[in-house]
Amino acid sequence: MMALLDEIDRRIINALQGGFPICPAPFAAAAETIGIGQDDLLQRLQRMRAGGLLSRFGPMYHAEKLGGALTLAAMAVPEDRFETVAAQVNAHQEVAHNYAREHHLNMWFVLATEQGARIGEVLAEIEAETGLTVFNMPKREEFFIGLRFEA
Amino acid sequence: MNTPDDIDRRIIVATQGGLPLVAEPYQAVADELGLAVDEVMARMQAMLDGGLIRRIGAVPNHYALGYRANGMTVWDVPDDAIAELGEQVGALDFVSHCYHRPRHLPHWPYNLFAMVHGRDRDEVSGKTARIAKLMGVKDRGHQILYSHRILKKTGMRFTT
Repeated sequence: MMALLDEIDRRIINALQGGFPICPAPFAAAAETIGIGQDDLLQRLQRMRAGGLLSRFGPMYHAEKLGGALTLAAMAVPEDRFETVAAQVNAHQEVAHNYAREHHLNMWFVLATEQGARIGEVLAEIEAETGLTVFNMPKREEFFIGLRFEA
Repeated sequence: MNTPDDIDRRIIVATQGGLPLVAEPYQAVADELGLAVDEVMARMQAMLDGGLIRRIGAVPNHYALGYRANGMTVWDVPDDAIAELGEQVGALDFVSHCYHRPRHLPHWPYNLFAMVHGRDRDEVSGKTARIAKLMGVKDRGHQILYSHRILKKTGMRFTT
């Protein structure tokens, strides 16, 4: 997979994880900073996005500031019920991500709702459906992230 | 920054999946929505300044880039040290999220979460050791919870 990226692709990913300009011709401005041509930049971004190396290119919105709500929740699911409970949890459209993790608390999911009050309702529904305790771990504080994946 | 109005929300819905990869992407969004490009750019700039947009740019797929191991590291640190430690840990270039979350005693003593990515588990555990060293005696206990299966990943989408 790494071989799919050449040195210029890496420079693009490392340079453009933020700070993309808001102006009429932003790719021309970004390309100049990187030291390549606009068409080259656009073609490389199109290829990397089509190939899944980039999930997305554009604005990342802040869910809570848009009025939405998020929480992280965890459950200890008995192994013999794991698939059933995963299906019960995932059936809720508010469940945005769900990961199996190696721990006594072995199922970790993120709820994202457009209205804050839905968080508690959905967690109560999941507890009622599964008969399991859901540990709600909403963030109390978010620390600034530089976020630079080195490609 | 006020909450987004109807026009902001139309811009959000049109761009949350990404900007068009064309020479004039804001013009393309404006055309799609029947707005003037200056209005689209001014509103996006205001959302960026107000923090409604965290940032604009490339969102790499860390798995596709070779970061195959993902460890949720969880830490029990003194409450009065959490702000300072959270900022130090968040500033590390291999940490993609860093949050203060509530404990659930006696089941769950950990109050600081930091997502650590690496090419394999050895790399994640080496990076976790760097965090532990940075924390020193304020690390009263930590664990790495590796994910071994994605059960669902749809992400959040605003609809209106």
